[in-house]
Amino acid sequence: MLSPIILVPAVLNGLLTGAVYALVALGLTLIYGVLHIINFAHGALLTCAMFAAFFAHRLLGLDPYLAALGLTPVFFCLGYGLQRFVIGPAAHGEDRNILLVTLGLAVVIENALLYAFRADTRTINLPYGFDVVEVGPAFLSVPRVIGFGVVIAVALALWLIMRFTDTGKAIRAVAREKLGAELSGIDVAHIYAVTFGLGTACLAIAACLLLPTYYVNPHAGNAFVLIAFTIVVLGGMGSVAGALLGGLIIGVVESLSGLYLGESLGQVGIFIIFILVLLFRPSGLFGERA
Amino acid sequence: MSLQSLNRRRFLQSTALGAAATFAAPAVLRAQGQPVKVGILQPVSGAMSYSGQQGRIGATLALEEINASGIKSLGGAKIEPVFGDAQSTPEGGNAEVEKMNSAGCAAVVGGYVSSICLAASQTAARYDLPYIVDVGVADSIVTRGLKNTFRLGPGFGVLAKTAIDNLITLNDAAGKIAKTVMIIHEDSAFGSGLAKLLNTQLPEKGFQVIETIPHPTPTRDFNNVVTKIRASNPDIVIPADYYNEYVLLARTMQQQKVRPKAIYSVLGGAASSYKFVKEFPEAAQYIMDCNHWFDPKNPKALELKKKVEAKGEFFTYEVYMNYSAVLLLADALERAASADRAKIIAALESSTFSGHVMPYGPTKFVNGQNQGAAPVNTQVLGNDIQVIFPAQFASAKPVYPMPKA
Amino acid sequence: MKSYASIAAVVALLACVPLLTASNVALNFMVVALLIALVGQGWNVLGGYGGQYSFGHAAFFGTGAYVTAILQVHYGLNAWLGLVIGIAAGALIGAITGALSFRSGLRGSYFALVTLAFAEVLRIVASVAPITGAGVGTLIKLDLRWETFQFQSRAPFYWIILAFVAASLVLVKLMEGSRFGAYLVAVRENEDAAKAVGIDVLRVKLAAMTLSAAITAAGGCFYAQYFLFLDAGIAYGPWISVEALLAPIIGGIGTVYGPLLGALVVKTLGEVTKLATGDAPGLDLVIYGCVLILVVAFAPQGIAGLLRRRA
Repeated sequence: MLSPIILVPAVLNGLLTGAVYALVALGLTLIYGVLHIINFAHGALLTCAMFAAFFAHRLLGLDPYLAALGLTPVFFCLGYGLQRFVIGPAAHGEDRNILLVTLGLAVVIENALLYAFRADTRTINLPYGFDVVEVGPAFLSVPRVIGFGVVIAVALALWLIMRFTDTGKAIRAVAREKLGAELSGIDVAHIYAVTFGLGTACLAIAACLLLPTYYVNPHAGNAFVLIAFTIVVLGGMGSVAGALLGGLIIGVVESLSGLYLGESLGQVGIFIIFILVLLFRPSGLFGERA
Repeated sequence: MSLQSLNRRRFLQSTALGAAATFAAPAVLRAQGQPVKVGILQPVSGAMSYSGQQGRIGATLALEEINASGIKSLGGAKIEPVFGDAQSTPEGGNAEVEKMNSAGCAAVVGGYVSSICLAASQTAARYDLPYIVDVGVADSIVTRGLKNTFRLGPGFGVLAKTAIDNLITLNDAAGKIAKTVMIIHEDSAFGSGLAKLLNTQLPEKGFQVIETIPHPTPTRDFNNVVTKIRASNPDIVIPADYYNEYVLLARTMQQQKVRPKAIYSVLGGAASSYKFVKEFPEAAQYIMDCNHWFDPKNPKALELKKKVEAKGEFFTYEVYMNYSAVLLLADALERAASADRAKIIAALESSTFSGHVMPYGPTKFVNGQNQGAAPVNTQVLGNDIQVIFPAQFASAKPVYPMPKA
Repeated sequence: MKSYASIAAVVALLACVPLLTASNVALNFMVVALLIALVGQGWNVLGGYGGQYSFGHAAFFGTGAYVTAILQVHYGLNAWLGLVIGIAAGALIGAITGALSFRSGLRGSYFALVTLAFAEVLRIVASVAPITGAGVGTLIKLDLRWETFQFQSRAPFYWIILAFVAASLVLVKLMEGSRFGAYLVAVRENEDAAKAVGIDVLRVKLAAMTLSAAITAAGGCFYAQYFLFLDAGIAYGPWISVEALLAPIIGGIGTVYGPLLGALVVKTLGEVTKLATGDAPGLDLVIYGCVLILVVAFAPQGIAGLLRRRA
């Protein structure tokens, strides 16, 4: 079992898978870190983005990587609008209500997609969809390697935004001390919506990276939500670097535990890490001490 | 009919007010004989919704056909469907059967997944309401002694046995070139149940099961599973999955250039799916499958296939199994000459129906299980799916082992 | 005393339902609604009164369900005895997970996530462990006798689940008036202040979680007897965790009647939207989701809060 012929590909593969997880988690961690809410609609929004990428390819012939350029701003606006005009006003700032509103949103989005496009599983077939690069004993899928690169770039960009732009600073200020930020003239409702928009924009990119090797149906996005939560916790809620590193770690953990325990039981590895981190270091690897 | 009035009609049917609706029906209908209500239960929302939607297509097509002339022994009475959405949960299925019962349905057809079939047939049994299982393959559905429950298609036991028998025939004919197998299965009732049977029976027949890998539905990535397959290099890979996972697995195998002597699936969700063959012809090539399949020599089946494809839908097993199950019920109604539940059950028990499109021969039910029910083996050859076993239905010779790319 | 009389009145009223309608559709609907009310009441003890939001009540529901089922199927134990042990097992899981999380000082969303993770671990283990039938699931043998906790008619099931709900109402009412209840609310309002006045916060939270888990586990046991089939996704799936929190939050969190009210409203809403949209898969749930958001928007304190404001 310890043969490097299996181990090396498994680790590399875990890193590639983990990168996409990280991107989904990036969106979640931003929203979590700033709004302090658990966004139940995250999976449904990812599905929504996957459908958008699918139809961009089917109807407009757009390559998913190209489509990402257009979909990212669109989904930013969608996320902004959702937080500003639906979640914010409907939730009255109560945690439990935000929970229900995002839950309601998830139900609405998922079933609207089901109603509009039916339950058919859809895939796209790209000329490079089956290309591989050989790294030692491993065959790595080209679209997944590209995805890895894009995720690193997006994470870097996001980190720069958070670090050096005024909006980024305002986001961090609101995350740390909402009241203080409000008193110093920051429009908290706007910042909340911007954050939600950024989180949703990450999903648009993730969807475009997934589509060449994955499929889409009205439930496709849900598969990535729980694992994204795990990553958010592992990386520290609100931490961009944490989400990236956490995603890669979880990808490798999933890969290896799947290898040794079987794919079914292997999922347990992720949740055990999740529980251990929560119990012993709830601030995560990169989170600031609560 | 406008959408609104249709909704209104549905509303009336599915409530206790159903009886009142019958009185409101035009007099012409009654002159022809009171329509017989039949529940069409499918999971059309939730995780199983694709299969549910396909099943509904099959049932609807059968009803159109039946209603062209009506049930003769009932004065040309039409069958009026009462559609129910099980929402992909047993509770949902149970609630819908309750509604169908109180709407005065004479029988229920469907369920699709084993867990829903178990709950729904049991609820139907409370009211001696005849229940015809469309797909659900768990053997416990028919072995637990419910008098009202009938299954046209095969269960696990028969599926596993046929799969193994055909595998041996295939392998023997090729000079026993394969000895080792690896089983990849989804971890709910159908995949686990099959894997368990295969694991006990394959070694008895001289095959060595190198590894059995269960995986959840949905599984996001199959690269590791395929890496393992490549490292263990089994002669035969046996997948038993739902559609999406099967496609991912086959695509990943193609990508990683893993080509065992055969990919021999048992109920391989996509392996005998026209959708898969059309969308990923290369990944699907030469894949064999032991699965539910229509009788390719039956002109009625081919006609149905054309009809479904003309609608822009894929001719999947849910379609023709539901189509056949509804026809089976219509035949029972015809012979019972009554919408009385006990009489329908008696008619089903003595059923020798051969007007379906499955390769089962005339039906014969023992404890609710159709004795002739059996899967067939198919193989993807060119851009089509051919039947390779059993001989009397075969449309092509198997290509085994898989040619090297 | 007045409040106990009102419980008695509500329960008596509900008990008449099977006498008023012979419709099994209605009875089945009420059974499922009451089941959700019971599970939701469990959540309410911990989430409503204790302020500890759990996303993982499936862990207790599923444990109750599996323990009852497995004891009958594999050990031939009487179903009623199985019920008692099932509830105890659920409570035990509650105590263990509670001890682990509260000792580590988890609060708020951290606590919510850890409960979710516990439920997921149990779900995954149940999907591979031989004792639960792994993926094949556990089927309780059909045997319609009262000794086996299986009935031909829906009415006995209805009265039994109503009795459970009634017991949970009384229990929560008792708790409200007790010292323990006061401590629990104090912990919810301000944990540090509660600690400062000498309340053993950890113990109070643990007791609440154990009680909460026991009530929810009772729902799981009932589910097993009513449907006779379990698999990992049914018993430990996220669906029940969501139902458990939906009912009390919609109905009115931290109130005796909240979960019952919420369950009836949510389930009725589900049925009405289904009837209104007919055969359009998904459309009913779109409307359901929209109404859910509107309810939250216009009744932020739940329906009980709305009623209180009107009163």
